[in-house]
Amino acid sequence: MSAPAARKTWLERLNHIDRRLIFVIVFVVVSIPMLLKLTSPVKVSHEVQIAYDFIQSIPAGGVVMFSVDYDPTSAPELQPMILAILHHCFSRNLRVILTGQLAVGMPLGIEALESTAAQFGKKYGVDYVNIGYRPGNQAVIVAMGRRLRDMFATDYRGTPLDQLPMMKNIRNYDQIAGVVDLAHGGTPELWIQFGQARYGVKLIVCTTAVGAPDYYNYLQAKQIVGLLGGMRGAAEYETLVKAPGLGLLAMPAQSWVHLAIIGLILLGNLTFFLNRRAKNAENA
Amino acid sequence: MKQRIPIAISFITGIIIIVAFYFPNGPLGDIEQRTLVWFAVVAGISMVVGVESLLRVNLMKVARRRPGWGFSLILLASCILTLVTATIGQIKYGSPFHVDSPFMYVFSYMVVPLQATMFAVLAFFIASAAYRAFRARNLAATLLLLSAVLVMLGRVPIGETIWKGFPQISDWIMNVPQIGAKRGIMIGAYLGAAATSIRIILGIERSYIS
Repeated sequence: MSAPAARKTWLERLNHIDRRLIFVIVFVVVSIPMLLKLTSPVKVSHEVQIAYDFIQSIPAGGVVMFSVDYDPTSAPELQPMILAILHHCFSRNLRVILTGQLAVGMPLGIEALESTAAQFGKKYGVDYVNIGYRPGNQAVIVAMGRRLRDMFATDYRGTPLDQLPMMKNIRNYDQIAGVVDLAHGGTPELWIQFGQARYGVKLIVCTTAVGAPDYYNYLQAKQIVGLLGGMRGAAEYETLVKAPGLGLLAMPAQSWVHLAIIGLILLGNLTFFLNRRAKNAENA
Repeated sequence: MKQRIPIAISFITGIIIIVAFYFPNGPLGDIEQRTLVWFAVVAGISMVVGVESLLRVNLMKVARRRPGWGFSLILLASCILTLVTATIGQIKYGSPFHVDSPFMYVFSYMVVPLQATMFAVLAFFIASAAYRAFRARNLAATLLLLSAVLVMLGRVPIGETIWKGFPQISDWIMNVPQIGAKRGIMIGAYLGAAATSIRIILGIERSYIS
């Protein structure tokens, strides 16, 4: 076999690398840092810092509404966020209302709320309330701005809201300091269009790394008061509240998998150009 | 008549919602609020219709032993399991969503791992696709590739360890060219959405009832 032919075969092989090898590389670079429980410090970005500052500015006893609009597919990214923000709220003695625009997301919100409330010794009905889910998305967001009870007459267990001490004086968004929307889809846009634009709701958007770029323009226009994107956003918030969790734990794995993918992209391009050059040389 | 009634409903509710936006107090605001509650009720009923349709299709598939009927059987069994555990939770704890309810157990230990695993598999395919498809074939593809690499490095702690400039470049890409492009697309899309909405309210656009 001649040298160029052997070279071509080698390049061809590299160009059509078995994808199972790539799967193994991804598996190794993700699992090893996770198993070794490595951590790496993160620098807090402006969008996360202002979200933290907003929660920090709410006086004790203030009410924060959490809208859980994600399902288990995005839980690895969004669950650390809700845990970190709830930790912040309860540590500052803020009161919490839990709701959601996605039925399948509610159990995730409930788990986070109940576990964090237990950690801080908070009492249901006094420090936090779960008003549950209603279908209708934007209709629910708009209607709550006028009269919350028109949509949610009771909490998730069927207890009338007026029987819960915390809810007695809460009629609409006027008594709610801010809304934290945790979403993997387009629900934050509904909150911005119908909650912020119409009722002036102060909104923190927590979304996946893929979804975060959609909300930078709203952040720049000051239509939202903070933005947490992906595991990095969760890790930054955990850093701020000094409560390390899954976000910080995942940072080394994310670092190494990003490097691995960049390496694969560079290798793919190198083989592409070498192949093209070899073909051009053959044609010449 | 079959077309006129839906068009009339769209027109009346559309006009009420638009006018009530500008005059929220008074009777129009109350009518709008009532309409929103109706919307939520109809949305709830549509979910029931969806469940009924899903069950009917899969029941037929199992009954007629069509290809893949085993999967339909698993779906039906899962539906029954969810219904039973939710009912037990409602009776025993006052809500299926109580943390100790068996429904929450099914959700936490079956639904969450299954859905999370399905989504996690995407990471492997993205890595494989990036290797094969992310090629600097022309100027536009090269710019996209460079931006992607810079953002990927700027968004993880190791990027900053390699060079302190990566996060700054990443932030600039996210805050300047990304926002500019996105804003242009969104303004165009929402203008289109507004025009379509007006056409629906006025009964010009009727494809939704055909």
